[in-house]
Amino acid sequence: MKKIISQLKTAFLTSIVMMIICGLIYPFAVTALAQLAFHDQANGSLIKIDNRVVGSKLIGQNYKNPAHFISRVSSVNYNIYEKNDTKYAGVSSGNFNYAPSNPELTKRITNSVDEFLKENPTVSRTDIPADLMTSSGSGLDPHISIAAAEIQIDRIAAASHLSKEEIQDIIRKTTSQKTFGVLGEDKMNVLEANILIDQKMK
Amino acid sequence: MWQIILVLVIYLPLVLIIGRYLYKVTMGEKMWGDSFFQRIEGIIYKISAVKQEDMTGKQYIFSLLFSNAVMIAIGYCLLRLQSVLFLNPNNIGNMETTLSFNTVISFMTNTNLQHYSGESGLSYLSQMLVIIFMMFTSAASGYAVCMAFCRRLIAKTDTLGNFYVDYVRVITRILLPLSFIVSLILVSQGVPQTFQENITLTTIEDKQQDIALGPIAAMESIKHLGTNGGGFIGANSSAPFENPTILTNIVEILSMMLLPGACVVTLGLMIAYRKKRSNNVWLGKQGASIFIAMSIIFLIGVAAVYISEKSGNPAIHAIGIDDHTGNMEGKETRFGIAQSSLFTAVTTAFTTGSINNMHDTLTPLGGLVPLFNMMLNVVFGGKGVGLMNMMMYVLLTIFIACLMIGRTPQFLGKKIEAKEMKLIALCILIHPALILGFSALAVVTDGGIAGITNPGAHGLSQVLYEFASSSANNGSGFEGLLDNSTFWNVTTGLAMFFGHYISIVLQIAIASLLAKKLVHNESVGTLNTSNATFTIFLVAIVLVVGALTFLPALALGPITEYLQLNS
Repeated sequence: MKKIISQLKTAFLTSIVMMIICGLIYPFAVTALAQLAFHDQANGSLIKIDNRVVGSKLIGQNYKNPAHFISRVSSVNYNIYEKNDTKYAGVSSGNFNYAPSNPELTKRITNSVDEFLKENPTVSRTDIPADLMTSSGSGLDPHISIAAAEIQIDRIAAASHLSKEEIQDIIRKTTSQKTFGVLGEDKMNVLEANILIDQKMK
Repeated sequence: MWQIILVLVIYLPLVLIIGRYLYKVTMGEKMWGDSFFQRIEGIIYKISAVKQEDMTGKQYIFSLLFSNAVMIAIGYCLLRLQSVLFLNPNNIGNMETTLSFNTVISFMTNTNLQHYSGESGLSYLSQMLVIIFMMFTSAASGYAVCMAFCRRLIAKTDTLGNFYVDYVRVITRILLPLSFIVSLILVSQGVPQTFQENITLTTIEDKQQDIALGPIAAMESIKHLGTNGGGFIGANSSAPFENPTILTNIVEILSMMLLPGACVVTLGLMIAYRKKRSNNVWLGKQGASIFIAMSIIFLIGVAAVYISEKSGNPAIHAIGIDDHTGNMEGKETRFGIAQSSLFTAVTTAFTTGSINNMHDTLTPLGGLVPLFNMMLNVVFGGKGVGLMNMMMYVLLTIFIACLMIGRTPQFLGKKIEAKEMKLIALCILIHPALILGFSALAVVTDGGIAGITNPGAHGLSQVLYEFASSSANNGSGFEGLLDNSTFWNVTTGLAMFFGHYISIVLQIAIASLLAKKLVHNESVGTLNTSNATFTIFLVAIVLVVGALTFLPALALGPITEYLQLNS
């Protein structure tokens, strides 16, 4: 009995000590250093216009304005909602989790494709890149592929009265290439591109 | 394709270096930074009343069980009380009973199955005091047990090593320093680390957007280094705030591969050094044969996911859009097919369970690989347990091979006899019994069926995946499953608990039996366990046993779905 009590005591004390080291000292130390060395990144890489936060470089948004690039499909609508919206359930992330064989998946994609074709009458179905019509894993993907950006040029040009070359230029400016030429994929940051469009339109 | 090879090439030297370091930490050898670490460890031992004396296998495992039980109790209380404690800027309520039970078991067993969503289910304090804390301690417990197991394989006595000493040394000398460095790399790339509350902002189109923040980086690093896998944010490592760039993706992949691989290297060194110490040995022959066997199964898996995802989903192709990039549903643009496939194979082979793409949306064969990895649970595996499982197969292989050629089965000069073989067989059988038994229960009860969200064969895959993930202490999921219900919280909680603790108790028992045995000299008649023949035979045994056990279930799940989609 005495042995068990002494065992429990050691178990309890090590747990408390480790809780303080790993659960408090460690995260506070990382926070302190991170805030000092990488202040912007540690606070969410926020983008400000005229000192007002309009988004994060790393978190996607959805766009309804035909003069803006649209983002990928999101199951959580990028946590975007109208003021006073009662249906919004709070901040979340994730995916529809439709299996490849789930008929809901094909139904959802077909609807997105039809809608996209209506809004982009110059585009033919076979040219629509699948990444734009599929939903991202997190529902917060800030990027689209270059093909998905280029296919929207006609619509944006018509709605924004910018020239196609100007839009091409915006795509080029907000594209990040594969890291070191091999790692990852080429991609365009949608929020940054849309901010540039707004600036040009002014 | 090239980027997958590149990451694996970077991995090799890293794992050899860390393996050597782990060897020194485990064996208590002189090393760099000793005076600094010893001072800190001295203070910890003193406060915690740790007597640094050697333990028998039995004492060792009891210490582990006691300490884990205490942590489960503390963690449970914190989750149930989080709403009234401090550091809760987003005003999150207390966690419900069965969900709290599931969550503490999940994190203590290093599974990190999450039936809650981090941004809405846990306060910052719970994320730190329960989740981050258990990520360190569950990993350290696992590595401590693995090292106790390995030491007993080569030892001539069962009384060696102290659980608390191993456990503390793994945290102070390996997990904390590495986590610290990795956290800062992650922050530099954009992973938040702040105690600020979530942000609500107005977008350029005049709508509201909520952005979840928190001390994410500190968790993200140990989540991978400790092969834990539980995310701060619901979407786990697919969320940009957990994994913003391709560099963080690679750092996370390497972090989770590092220590499970290092365990194999450490065992290899222990075996190589038991006769003669030499600094030219990096892995040892025996270590190499096990490492290569694991790598073969791993590489087959990586290739299979990549090819399957790259070839895309026939159902999407039929809509008539341009899907030459592959199956992008559930994947992030910045990772694409290659980095997503690699992550999927690594997270299930190395039993981490974090995800950078949604496994429910993988193509049928792409989803079969992670499922099969977890069913085998020996391809490196997480927190040392994978190596112990693989050693069960090594001993089984030796036994079968020796029966075939009529020799006495022995490993490192120690005879493998009836008592050990019974325990080994039991150990190998528990895992499929838990997966298949609970899956059967789920598909015949209303509570189980209520969780299934995808129709047809894929529904069965969701059930199998959830229990394979629980029993293998992986923690990833076919996330569509509506798993936050009493049925799923309790059954997966039990699967995680038994899958973890029964296995390690049996494995330490086997190691204790072997530790006490006489060491026989190796002769020409001894089976060579470190050549290519043995490696191939080992791979074959693992695959045959795995296939025989799980093929019927797999045939009804992913394989049926594949045939339906491609017909």
